[in-house]
Amino acid sequence: MKKYWSFFKMRLMAGLQYRAAALAGMSTQFIWGTMEILLYRAFWLEHPERFPMGMESLSAYIWVQQAFLTLFALWNWDFEVLESVKTGSVSYELLRPTDIYSIWMARSIAGRLARGILRMVPVIVVAGLIPAPYGLRLRVSPAVFGLFVLSMALMVLVVCAYTLLVYALTFYLTDPNGLMVVSVAAADLLGGAVVPLPFLPEGLRRFAELTPFGSMQNVPLRIFSGDIPMTDIPGVMGLQVFWIAALVLAGYALTRNGLRRAVILGG
Amino acid sequence: MIEMKGICKTYRVRRREAGLGNALKSLFSREYAEVPALQDMTFTVPDGQILGYIGPNGAGKSTTIKILSGILRPDGGVCTVDGLTPWEDRKRHVARLGVVFGQRSQLWWDVPVTESFGLLRDIYRVPEPVFRENLDRLTVLLDLGELLKTPARMLSLGQRMRCEIAAALLHGPKVLFLDEPTIGLDAVSKLKVREFILEQNRLCHTTVLLTTHDMQDIDALCSRVLLIGKGRLLLDGDTARIRTMAGENLSTEESVADLYRRFGI
Repeated sequence: MKKYWSFFKMRLMAGLQYRAAALAGMSTQFIWGTMEILLYRAFWLEHPERFPMGMESLSAYIWVQQAFLTLFALWNWDFEVLESVKTGSVSYELLRPTDIYSIWMARSIAGRLARGILRMVPVIVVAGLIPAPYGLRLRVSPAVFGLFVLSMALMVLVVCAYTLLVYALTFYLTDPNGLMVVSVAAADLLGGAVVPLPFLPEGLRRFAELTPFGSMQNVPLRIFSGDIPMTDIPGVMGLQVFWIAALVLAGYALTRNGLRRAVILGG
Repeated sequence: MIEMKGICKTYRVRRREAGLGNALKSLFSREYAEVPALQDMTFTVPDGQILGYIGPNGAGKSTTIKILSGILRPDGGVCTVDGLTPWEDRKRHVARLGVVFGQRSQLWWDVPVTESFGLLRDIYRVPEPVFRENLDRLTVLLDLGELLKTPARMLSLGQRMRCEIAAALLHGPKVLFLDEPTIGLDAVSKLKVREFILEQNRLCHTTVLLTTHDMQDIDALCSRVLLIGKGRLLLDGDTARIRTMAGENLSTEESVADLYRRFGI
């Protein structure tokens, strides 16, 4: 276990040194969040009674989404891993006495954290200063907040397990680009990245919530904004755990088999 | 001890003629050609030997190294390194193995070299005192000093290669594979690397398998040379024998070129 932890720390440190990227990302997220809030505000002022979420809830949703964007975003691929599978140089990883899937997992989680840590605090602080109902406020009890933190952790695992599944499938494809584009589009719509799921038609929302994408940012963001009642939270988080298990099992098996193929066919 | 017996490996390569018609055709039926990379490769390397492995491009050198490293599975034959079959007992095997590919880096690009070394220590589970001792020795022999604090991307090729070699030896492997370790190095760096390999072999009795196109590497380091071509072992002997097989007054370089011509490879 220690080696994967060291690997995690290493990736985290390596990722923490890109100051310019963090600065650029931070301002992008801040501007993007402001624009989204202005857009929804226009709709809200028109028909506040037809809004499926309160404006305060929605603001909380948007600001947390922007603050933790690099944790949520499926498009935050690890291109080094993808490239190594595509070119076959992944077989050189076999020179180390380690399990490749676990290494990928460690570096995926660390990579997301590293890109996020530097930019999340300023966004949260500034968004907290914006007056209600457009700013970021904690609207739930400490217990629910605890569940939010837990569901964030589960969400990171769902997202990473999904990206690892795509890396594993790359063993069997000439080029994974199509799969990546489709995945990102599906996650944007079904995961509540573009529009929070309560804004979707009832049937589509229900379907989206059952897909793996619905277990991504949708869950922690809606818990944080108080959109999911306390009694429903265990079920929703249970589904997250189910998707982690399913995606990890599939990804692990495909990686193993893919590596065996690479070892037989030659890098 | 490294033993290879009757190792064969054939690559399957997709082929088609140029043109749109053929591209469409290949959507439905694909043609494959079998390219033999190794045929009946058999040799034994005793512990503590420095073995040179030479042959023209495409002869099968890399394939052999990959099989011995456990990252490629042969189609047939038996191969053991210190009693383990590389591709069967991969994790145990690679824990006792050090590999340097001259054209690839195992260091983390953006962080100081010493961080990469720390990661390798944890990956190979090297106990701290052993790690310290190895690192101190390698630092002196390879003149690493300040290099350890520098990010790998800021090192010159010669400096980086010294760090790569150190990285491969931190866990004290019994066997070391060097795939073109002096490629692209200047004269001083080459000499330093060679000197170190000899020293390492003398002090730690490390078995070294070296592939190279640089015949001076062979002259300086190897007590024995294997010449392969088109996937077959053509010659097994010491450097002196290669020279006597060719003309008397030729350098090793010229003798080898002469042998390539003579074997038609």
